[in-house]
Amino acid sequence: MAFNRKDLLGIRELSVEEITTIVDAVDSFREISDRDIKKVPTLRGKTVINLFFEPSTRTRTSFEIAAKRLSADAINISVSTSSITKGETLADTASNLQAMSPDAIVVRHGSPGVPHQLSRLVQAAIINAGDGAHEHPTQALLDAYTIRERKGKIASLHIAIIGDIMHSRVARSNTHLLTKLGAHVRVAGPRTLMPPHYEKLIENGEGSLTVSDNIEEAIAGADAIMMLRIQKERMSEAFFPSIKEYSIQYGLTVARLGLADPDCIVLHPGPVNRGVEISSDVLDGSRSLVLDQVANGVAVRMAILFLLVGRATE
Amino acid sequence: MKLLIKSGRIIDPANRRDEIADMLIDDGSIAAIGSGLSDAGAEVVDAGGLIVCPGFIDLHVHLREPGEEYKETIASGAAAAVAGGFTSICAMPNTRPVNDNASITRYIIDKGREAGLARVYPVGAITRGSRGEELAEMADMKEAGAVAVSDDGRPVMNSQVMRHAMEYSRDHGLVVVDHCQDTCLSAGGVMHEGRYSTLLGLKGMAPAAEDNHVARDIMLARLTGARVHIAHISTAGAVALVRDAKREGLPVTCEVTPHHLALTDSAVQGFDTNTKMSPPLRTDDDQAALVEAAADGTIDAIATDHAPHHLDEKMLEYDRAPFGVIGLETALGVALKVLYHGRDSSGSPETAKLKLSRLIELLTIGPARVFGLPAGTLGIGSPADVTIFDPNLEWTVEPAQFKSKSRNTPFGGWQLKGQVIATCVGGRTLFRK
Repeated sequence: MAFNRKDLLGIRELSVEEITTIVDAVDSFREISDRDIKKVPTLRGKTVINLFFEPSTRTRTSFEIAAKRLSADAINISVSTSSITKGETLADTASNLQAMSPDAIVVRHGSPGVPHQLSRLVQAAIINAGDGAHEHPTQALLDAYTIRERKGKIASLHIAIIGDIMHSRVARSNTHLLTKLGAHVRVAGPRTLMPPHYEKLIENGEGSLTVSDNIEEAIAGADAIMMLRIQKERMSEAFFPSIKEYSIQYGLTVARLGLADPDCIVLHPGPVNRGVEISSDVLDGSRSLVLDQVANGVAVRMAILFLLVGRATE
Repeated sequence: MKLLIKSGRIIDPANRRDEIADMLIDDGSIAAIGSGLSDAGAEVVDAGGLIVCPGFIDLHVHLREPGEEYKETIASGAAAAVAGGFTSICAMPNTRPVNDNASITRYIIDKGREAGLARVYPVGAITRGSRGEELAEMADMKEAGAVAVSDDGRPVMNSQVMRHAMEYSRDHGLVVVDHCQDTCLSAGGVMHEGRYSTLLGLKGMAPAAEDNHVARDIMLARLTGARVHIAHISTAGAVALVRDAKREGLPVTCEVTPHHLALTDSAVQGFDTNTKMSPPLRTDDDQAALVEAAADGTIDAIATDHAPHHLDEKMLEYDRAPFGVIGLETALGVALKVLYHGRDSSGSPETAKLKLSRLIELLTIGPARVFGLPAGTLGIGSPADVTIFDPNLEWTVEPAQFKSKSRNTPFGGWQLKGQVIATCVGGRTLFRK
């Protein structure tokens, strides 16, 4: 199967075949995490730099564990954006990193497009671990893997994505990925947090995309619901009046979950605001796959590192 | 010193002239136009197959001096101007310090004279420090040589301040130039708000932020009777507002940039920071409305909004990089590509959106009338500001070859058709290809 890209920058540019190649590769890496000795020599001698310009525990740790289970040397660099304010340009950052000859650079940045800009400047494989509100491809891939693992397929499923769509890279990457694989995606959230023309986000694909006017409409009969984290600071920017009101109007409760398909599953990219966008009884309930997502995240990132870095060795 | 330009196609929209003829320049002025001119003492230039027209006038450039000479100087900007066929350029006041008093106005004029290239006309600030609060000393600046006032880049949000600025500038015969953008509505935006901003996750600026500011300025023009000029108009909505205002007879004019005519927000894909400017690149529909407005007379001038930035500043994250692109040396080629040669690359004048004479009008007498500049005409006795260009010469944009100190163009690598062959200012040939 073909995955011949230098980088993983986003889902938008991937073909269905490329997506399927990655998701199909995950099973064998998932199995490694269930072993007693969770390490294979696949990427021995390879260097993976985790370059995080935004604070992140979960994604950074997930990439670090993925690299280490493949025997790569993983180095974490946390750069506060303030050091850039002191004058280092993106090009300087890139040439400094290139001088250390890494095989892959996992980059997270608050500004959309930084992985794309870096990819033009360095030879290492660039993996986008989240760039502003643009894309978060590994999250979408692990979500798709998790849904497929439970539901057996993606095509023709009705999947609701609820919350702050405007600021969400997870929503964008998932919308691209799930519709490419044939799902019917419905998004809903306060109109203040719905970016303009979202319904025109996708270019083609088997599935469909609907922007719903209200959360109940989006949830009705859904096979999967993906709740998004609401950033509390959005309140001060007049996107919504209060966390309490947001929770009442847009939170996922047991009652709302009752509108969905009886076998509906619930996902959340984390970290969760318990009791805000999702109630505790839903989060801790049997439909919630939030911890499966975390476990699968390591395997998905192992598969991606293997496809981008390991393949080159052979 | 005499110069005889032979056999060129002389297009002079100010005098409704479009004919193949000779032109004699004597002592810095246009001395004669006619067929079979000869003068034993004159240097002869063969302009066969070339267009001879008034020197171009750019109402909107940023020369960065004083204060940011590492981006551009008055001399380097004026050199870029003549290389692009511009003989008069109007320098926006957002220098460091801001051109908000007569001393800085005089400094810019002196530097422009010293450079001895394109004529440099300063635009003074509307408010002190362009802070949008107190009026700058407009009358002083006008006496020192300022041709208009603007707080370009820092839209005057306070409508009462703008009203007073218009009333006061009317007393002193100054045009008020406004960068129209409701900065509350567009806060934090780095590109046009639309499908592409949603796709790219970049914060958008809604077109309504431009439209409502243009609407306000038109209402204030109606209230005050002041001459108002809308800088770098970019939305279909704003164009419609200006068209209606003109129909009503209000003293409102506007300009458009070559980049807004040639590019749309889809160019932002790929995150090249040379696609970041304010106002932002808009949609296909806006672009079509701009072309239509350039043809029907709603738009008065093509102005580059030449905004030099150092490479280091543009090599930043998209949302941190500064707004602005340079344009003096690509304006003609880009304008010809979009408005004349046709976008279908057939290059046939039949597909042209504009007649060549209309395109030249937008670069010459159009802008001259907006600011009341003594230029833009080839009338006998006028100063000999003349541009000679080949509308069909093909070339590739190589930013490294620019006379400008900066390289921030979105047109690097573009194949253009139409290149300046020579530029004369006051009868002196200051650029020759």
